[in-house]
Amino acid sequence: MSQDEFRDMLPGHADFKLPEPAAPARVNGRRPIPEIPQLNGQTEEEPAERDSIDVWDQRVARGLAFLRRRLAGTYEVDDFGFDRELTEGVFHPLLRVLYQDWFRTEVFGIENVPDTGGGLVVGNHSGTFALDALMLSVALRDRHPFRRHLRLLGADLVFRVPFLSELARKSGATVACNPDAERLMDQGQLVGVFPEGFKGIGKRFSDRYKLQRFGRGGFVSAALRTGTPIVPVAIVGAEEIYPILADVKPLARLLGLPYFPITPTFPWLGPLGLVPLPSKWLIKFCPPIPTAHLTDHADDPMVVYNLADQVRETIQASLHELLEKRPDPFAV
Amino acid sequence: MVTPPPSVVVVTGVSRFLGARVAARLAADPLIDRVVGLDPRDPPPALQGLLEDVELIRADPHAAAGAIADLGAEAIVHLSVTSAPDPQHGGRPAMKELNVIGTMQLLAAAQGAPRLRKLIVRSSTAAYGASFRDPAVFTEDTEPRAVPRGSFARDILDIEGYVRGFRRRRPGVSATVLRFAPFISSTAETTLTRYFSQPLVPTVLGRDARLQFVHVDDALEILHRSVIEDHPGTFNVAGGGVLALSQAVRRAGRIALPLPEGTLSAVASMARGVGVGQIGLDQIDLFVHGRVVDTTKLVREFGFTPRTTAEAFEDFIEGHANGSSLTADRLAAAEQAILDGIRRVRAAAGDRAEVGGERS
Repeated sequence: MSQDEFRDMLPGHADFKLPEPAAPARVNGRRPIPEIPQLNGQTEEEPAERDSIDVWDQRVARGLAFLRRRLAGTYEVDDFGFDRELTEGVFHPLLRVLYQDWFRTEVFGIENVPDTGGGLVVGNHSGTFALDALMLSVALRDRHPFRRHLRLLGADLVFRVPFLSELARKSGATVACNPDAERLMDQGQLVGVFPEGFKGIGKRFSDRYKLQRFGRGGFVSAALRTGTPIVPVAIVGAEEIYPILADVKPLARLLGLPYFPITPTFPWLGPLGLVPLPSKWLIKFCPPIPTAHLTDHADDPMVVYNLADQVRETIQASLHELLEKRPDPFAV
Repeated sequence: MVTPPPSVVVVTGVSRFLGARVAARLAADPLIDRVVGLDPRDPPPALQGLLEDVELIRADPHAAAGAIADLGAEAIVHLSVTSAPDPQHGGRPAMKELNVIGTMQLLAAAQGAPRLRKLIVRSSTAAYGASFRDPAVFTEDTEPRAVPRGSFARDILDIEGYVRGFRRRRPGVSATVLRFAPFISSTAETTLTRYFSQPLVPTVLGRDARLQFVHVDDALEILHRSVIEDHPGTFNVAGGGVLALSQAVRRAGRIALPLPEGTLSAVASMARGVGVGQIGLDQIDLFVHGRVVDTTKLVREFGFTPRTTAEAFEDFIEGHANGSSLTADRLAAAEQAILDGIRRVRAAAGDRAEVGGERS
């Protein structure tokens, strides 16, 4: 006699139920821990399988419809070239693999990002490639209650390079210049900017988490002119993905790049050296700094400089705070 | 300040598509007494029907300077600007002669016309040049960052420079500069419409320019309003919204052929040498950088919203349906066929699995 048959013979077995498994807990922003497979699987499996057929049918139909829309050109792009459908359907799912499984990103203070209307998200920049900007946009899309898109401002070098320029435009980025930044903020978009620029992502590993100079503070005057709140954000983790041990300046000049990095894996391992190290990422959004009362001071260098300094200090302090939470860069 | 519409209007470039239509439209307007067409060339037979009510002066602006003053012209609409060299009519030297020298002579003649109140000049959004540091959207105050490579764009910068000089010398004349996006409609023939009507459309590899068009009918409406109303200043004239080049090619049901930028210039110049296609540096700059303008000022001042870029392009597609291969209908049919195929295969596989399951 099997255990099940024995159990069926017991009185009152119909009332007996296994305790419901608790909702799977999310750990460190990763996928939920896989739950224990259903114990009384025999009865549950049938409908599950029938559902799965429909799920696959829907997926295939949805995929084909997506392909058809792309091939027929029946999608919309905005004035800046932002292709919402492509970003949500292709770019973000790919980046999410890095965001969740590779970097195990944790997000703090998402409530500091305004729900609607314009906002200027100002972050620290690091990591050789601007992966931190991409992870920040995934974080805002996934964690913000209104699933907001981040419109990044990129260096003009990005827009010079074929392919890269179009990937950037289609994912919603535009050239870092005041007219574009102000136009986006006037439209009520969330704009992302990294004032350190190449000084930030091209710095040596020994300078990690030391904020570089903040340029001329053009981002502050853009925010002041439009009265948009500034949200400082600290990103920990990007410094360790491609640790720059040295910068070969002559080679960089030859290739027209701002720097040529030597990392423990690049260029020694060739394309394998492009795989980022799996550091643990923490992103903290700090309380917004309102600027609506300073609209008249957009051209006052003192106000602009002080505000840029305040943003810089806030980010630096948050970086130290986050680093204390994460003593081991490659912790789970 | 509201002034009565001008009674005598001189339109240049009536031997061309846009000039002839504007002249015909103004001649049909009862508010305007006389419309005089000025062109060194005779209009082609196709356009002569339009120009029945238009008096024609067959001369270049230099020779016609006296005539413009004697006519008592109150408004001049300068449309004798060509966007691409025409190999049959002298190529690039003739184009420069027409655009730059022609504008210079016309403005000199206009300066000597005592009753002139209005000057309307056709310009182009090419006036913004093309640079990688450009903002995504140009407003009328955006200055070009670099001198453009294309001959048309350079001519446009020269023309606008002459108009600035004219404004200084005749501050009493209200000068309207209209920066048009590329024209499109179901019937218009331009470099870009010919480009999009090829079955295989060469594009620049790794670039997907943001384009804007303006429908010819809307351009005519804007030109008409700028003659009978007072709108001094510079205005962007374009349909709202944006089409990416790849998107436009797909919507037109054409197939894109991406070529590296250097190769495209070589192929284009070879094709020009043989006499087919007219892709020049102007078009290549446009396809690399894209060009989007802000039309808020136009809509506010003219009280008229041109149809969007997508709608204008839709009209073009309707007029050029033959030559398209990947149409929306065919794609939808293919989608349905593939979906049905997959369903059949899955159903068959499911049946076999069930039969197999019963047997074991």
